[in-house]
Amino acid sequence: MDAIILQILNGLDKGSAYALIALGLTLIFGTLGVVNFAHGALFMIGAFCAVTLSRILTLSRTTIDETQTDFLGNPLKVEVPYAHDFFGPVVGDALIDWAVPLAILFSIPVMLLVGFVMERGLIKHFYKRPHADQILVTFGLAIVLQEVIKYFYGANPIPTPAPDVFRGSFDFGAMVGFEANQIIYPYWRLVYFAFAALIIGAVFAFLQFTTFGMVVRAGMADRETVGLLGIDIDRRFTIMFGIAAAVAGLAGVMYAPINSPNYHMGMDFLVLSFVVVVVGGMGSLPGAVLAGFLLGILESFASMSAVIDLIPGINQVIIYLVAITILLTRPRGLMGRKGVMED
Amino acid sequence: MFGLDKTDTKLLLIVAVLCLFAPFILNPFPTSSGLAQFNAGYPDLMQRFVIFGIFAVGFNILFGLTGYLSFGHAAFLGVGSYSAVWMFKLLSMNVIPAILLSVLLSGVFALIIGYVSLRRSGIYFSILTLAFAQMSFALAYSVFTPITGGETGLQLALDDPRILGISQTAGGNIPVPALFGLEMRASWDLVLGDWQFTFNAGYYLCALILLAAFYMAIRIFRSPFGMMLRAVKSNQQRMNYTGLNTKPYTLAAFVISGMYAGLAGGLMASMDPLAGAERMQWTASGEVVLMTILGGAGTLIGPVLGAGFIKYFENIFSKLNDNVLHGWFAFMPDGLENLMVTIVHPFVGKGWHLTLGILFMLVVIFLPGGLVEGGQRVGRLFRRRDIKSTGPEAEAAQQRNAAE
Repeated sequence: MDAIILQILNGLDKGSAYALIALGLTLIFGTLGVVNFAHGALFMIGAFCAVTLSRILTLSRTTIDETQTDFLGNPLKVEVPYAHDFFGPVVGDALIDWAVPLAILFSIPVMLLVGFVMERGLIKHFYKRPHADQILVTFGLAIVLQEVIKYFYGANPIPTPAPDVFRGSFDFGAMVGFEANQIIYPYWRLVYFAFAALIIGAVFAFLQFTTFGMVVRAGMADRETVGLLGIDIDRRFTIMFGIAAAVAGLAGVMYAPINSPNYHMGMDFLVLSFVVVVVGGMGSLPGAVLAGFLLGILESFASMSAVIDLIPGINQVIIYLVAITILLTRPRGLMGRKGVMED
Repeated sequence: MFGLDKTDTKLLLIVAVLCLFAPFILNPFPTSSGLAQFNAGYPDLMQRFVIFGIFAVGFNILFGLTGYLSFGHAAFLGVGSYSAVWMFKLLSMNVIPAILLSVLLSGVFALIIGYVSLRRSGIYFSILTLAFAQMSFALAYSVFTPITGGETGLQLALDDPRILGISQTAGGNIPVPALFGLEMRASWDLVLGDWQFTFNAGYYLCALILLAAFYMAIRIFRSPFGMMLRAVKSNQQRMNYTGLNTKPYTLAAFVISGMYAGLAGGLMASMDPLAGAERMQWTASGEVVLMTILGGAGTLIGPVLGAGFIKYFENIFSKLNDNVLHGWFAFMPDGLENLMVTIVHPFVGKGWHLTLGILFMLVVIFLPGGLVEGGQRVGRLFRRRDIKSTGPEAEAAQQRNAAE
């Protein structure tokens, strides 16, 4: 029993990332009808927002401390972050420690901007072109974004730690009444899951309970009629693109402590997220979220040693197997609407 | 000639001349000049040109004709490579059985994957092929290690049986791939004054096979079968309504293009007898997509050009470094020179993929017909009177436009 709970928990963080990326992907597909292969790159840019902020905060000036000497007897050079100068040592250190959560605030405007520029500058011109062209141009864009990041940040993963408070693990099993030391779970993964749930909830609430969201939903159902009613649906869809980009970016920011950001993390997640969207059903938001968590958890079950002993290699292919099965038996995906890209 | 009409014969001849005289064409600069670094006439690179040419020509039979965008073609290339290396390990170092087996096995593999994937079309087909290819990649890396060599890749060893050949040479080395005694790595140098041209046995084998493959592709493009595939691209639904089952046609196209990929993989292993799982990764599939689109999908010569273009510039751009750039801009004032080097720097050397990505985007946005269409546009600028240009490439481009 505790093994099962442990696997479910392990699947949650990856599942959350899948769900967030897939949510953005399917949002873009549902509103604009565009297949965005550059969505993984947005996730990666988000992660690098966290890296950038933590680098900005740790920018330092070098001073010579006369009171201390190094092992050669020379006066010791001490790096003092500018944050100390501006905010004092206590607040400054706290800021540096909390760089990743702070990057959330930093990344939202960045990602919205990136999203707007992408939609207005590039994607807009591809609404009328075939899906293959959309895939190709966004694939090209993904390569470009990835290489730009690689140019500025190098090819190696950059460790970006979570705040001190959330480092380490805790005994989840003991908390909910199982034996102690059976279910150990890192704090940050729990934070990530909670964060993902919050974002997903916020996106759904935004679409469900605001006038803006209502118009967007109406536009998803029948774009032409909404346009005929005198509503500038294109502008709203552009904003939705920005929001989708921001969701992917936020997923990336918070994922930075789990997996050190590197320039190809976007591509790694993209392939799987597409599979998630297809399993959930193109254009279905709840489907994307459900499929994201489902596949994340399935993947973690498949990597249990008992399962691997039974069917070797299953952990590597389970997601693709599920996707193939779903695509062949239920073309619409789990929760896809009728008539949306069924062939 | 060979049952082709005049324009197709011309195309075939162009490719034949390009292939056979590649050692000359690719080595235009004398070895002592500073431009010698732009020479691409060395065996290794020339082999890559033609091998990827074959790969792209095959991919084009599927994507260019039917419009089905496969993101998993590298899997067939990988299967081809593995089977060729296994032939080297078990049977003999002759390349013929190796290549035959790689074509055959990748064909069978393509039949299985195609049969399942082609039940859906559009983006779902892309995702399905991607999923299959990633699965093959992951399995080749992990579970199938006994067959594929896992992370280290599949290599020849001294104690391989090689029933019809020898396990090791008299000197105690692993024998090299050969065609009835003609070693694939054998090269002859022709030195003409300051120029040096290298003729490589392996390259010429690949080039002859490319010619055969290209000829086959022309015949397929011009056959009723090719016509049927184009019909599938322009309106599959209508084909179905007229009571025609398009599945056998698309499946045949898929298998043929899979066999082309296997052939390319087999040749790759014949030139350099090792195979690794990374050949199957989806980025490798992406590369062939780039080549085909860049050259011009749906045209005959486009994929060959695209493959050559990408491989050439990949090689040249990665070699450029800051010193070379400083040399180029040396005629400028110092400040300007440094500025130019700073601007160009991100796009060369390790930044080659950035250039490739930008180039690819530009082509998809402005030149959906690829280099071939670009060439036609330039050509049209020079001879305005002949607006309705004919010729097979123009025809293909028009068909592409009509389909959209």
